[in-house]
Amino acid sequence: MSSLLELKNVSKIYGDLHALDNVSLTVDKGEWIAIMGPSGSGKSTMMNIISCMDKPTSGQVIFDGDDITKYSRRKLTEFHRDKIGLVFQQFHLINYLTAVENVMVAQYYHSMPDEKEALEALERVGLKDRAKHLPSQLSGGEQQRVCIARALINSPELILADEPTGNLDEANENIVLDIFRQLHKEGTSLIVVTHDPEVGEVAQRIIRLEHGRIASKK
Amino acid sequence: MNKKRRMFIRMIAASLVRRRSRMVVALLAIIVGATILAGLGMIYYDVPRQMSAQFRSYGANIIFMPSEGTFISDDAIRSAISVIPSSELEGYTPYRYENTSIHNIPVTLAGIDFTSVQKTSPYWHIEGEYPSSDGEVLLGAKVALSLGVKTGDKISALNSFEVTDNMDVSTVPEYEMYEDPATGDVYCDHQLDLTVTGIVETGGSEEEYAYISLNDIEYLTLVKRGYDIVEVSVASTSDNLSQYVTKINSDGQLSAKLIKRVTASETEVLTKLQSLVFIVTAVVLILTMICVATTMTAVIAERRREIGLRKALGADNSSIVGEFMSEGIVLGGIGGILGAVLGYVFAQLVSINVFGSGITFRPLLIPITIVVSVIVTGAACLIPIRNAVNVDPALVLKGE
Repeated sequence: MSSLLELKNVSKIYGDLHALDNVSLTVDKGEWIAIMGPSGSGKSTMMNIISCMDKPTSGQVIFDGDDITKYSRRKLTEFHRDKIGLVFQQFHLINYLTAVENVMVAQYYHSMPDEKEALEALERVGLKDRAKHLPSQLSGGEQQRVCIARALINSPELILADEPTGNLDEANENIVLDIFRQLHKEGTSLIVVTHDPEVGEVAQRIIRLEHGRIASKK
Repeated sequence: MNKKRRMFIRMIAASLVRRRSRMVVALLAIIVGATILAGLGMIYYDVPRQMSAQFRSYGANIIFMPSEGTFISDDAIRSAISVIPSSELEGYTPYRYENTSIHNIPVTLAGIDFTSVQKTSPYWHIEGEYPSSDGEVLLGAKVALSLGVKTGDKISALNSFEVTDNMDVSTVPEYEMYEDPATGDVYCDHQLDLTVTGIVETGGSEEEYAYISLNDIEYLTLVKRGYDIVEVSVASTSDNLSQYVTKINSDGQLSAKLIKRVTASETEVLTKLQSLVFIVTAVVLILTMICVATTMTAVIAERRREIGLRKALGADNSSIVGEFMSEGIVLGGIGGILGAVLGYVFAQLVSINVFGSGITFRPLLIPITIVVSVIVTGAACLIPIRNAVNVDPALVLKGE
């Protein structure tokens, strides 16, 4: 299987702190990996670097053959738009837009908003009947599912999820993991940062970070 | 309209409608600014008219005099007055003077219309009342003093003259007529009994006359003739007044003159007052801009996370600036419309309280207020938006 993402000797240094220390990692196309580790181990830094929201101090991040650390601002915008889907622990829905409008915002920046497609994406996460509700009218689990529908609407090659079940109860956690399983089955690559061993277990591989270094790969 | 544009409008509308509690704060700031701008704008443009009307209370500013040592006819007055737009004409009063004696003291009588003199000389301070019918007299304070009379007293004006053929003496009692045995000429000591209804005080030469109706002066002299002078009060700019005077003089029926002292000081005060209103308007506009900018900065600052999210979803800076600016422009437009309406009400209240009359509605100020409001709000939004688009999505979207 060809690689989708490759981190080559990536370091991120803040003063004396090595948030990431010479990390190398390869993620294949269609692979589902979990990144685990205690607080301060570098998980979020790694996610920010992979999602191009932060630049490494040294090293290369190769996505589909391109070193994305060298991207211009315009290329980075295109990368966010076309290549990745982001799922956040805090959901980050726009609070004055309905569920379907929140999904359509991702379409708006990607290509052309299409309410029918957005409703289909909400249907995939079991929320078609909640499409016209504002985030404040949705439960945490429902908001996370809207966030996932938004992440998958543009069919990205990679979905990056940062603690996607961190704020959810068990029932909603299972719903989210089922959606991830479905996406994985359809060939979408997934990188999930989590504290939760149960969430980590469903991934194909678990990368454990400690003090900015990969402690183990499983 | 394509789907992208529809979504754009949908987002803007959702932001304005569903975040209305936040937007109301910004909108209020804009409305207050637009109201003051429109209100002061209307006052600024209306000050000349209002002040001109106020200045009319200091008396006439144009005077008509006979052109060739004759008298001024009613036709000549009508012709001259027609030059002045009726909307600017406050009033005019013809004066006919005659020398008579009252209780053996020489007094100059002025025949006037008492209704029109109240418009051309509103500054006259009357103790008592203006005469309301023939047989009544308004005395200048100095005349009243020298005669030793007060309001309510009765006096007799005596006019002695030689009776000529063209005089109608049918109304003159026989005992007032006598013949000079030497020459055979007929003379008349014509007497008119008058009741003093009021005494006029001005501090000026007006106090040296006794004022009676034009009918009475005609009765007393037995001569029907034109007027010696006409005082005209016009509420207009000094440039316009000069133009009217030139035009009236070119007609040649009478001689018109500007009362320079009044028009010059009027122009000077107007210029100063307009400058003052202009400076106040400019200062208020700057303060409004600061106020709107502060409010918009706060409104945009609380949306930094949303801006970070949009960037993480692939929005480029220009589209974020466009979206947020559009919200500002719509707010500016709404605030401008409401401000223009409220500004008119504000100007109206100020005008009624300060000048005692309503303001002239100037339709052009509505689009100007809206455009200025949009520009000010847009400019006020620009800096906070430009700062906001530089936010690091990773920082504003981090989990904690």
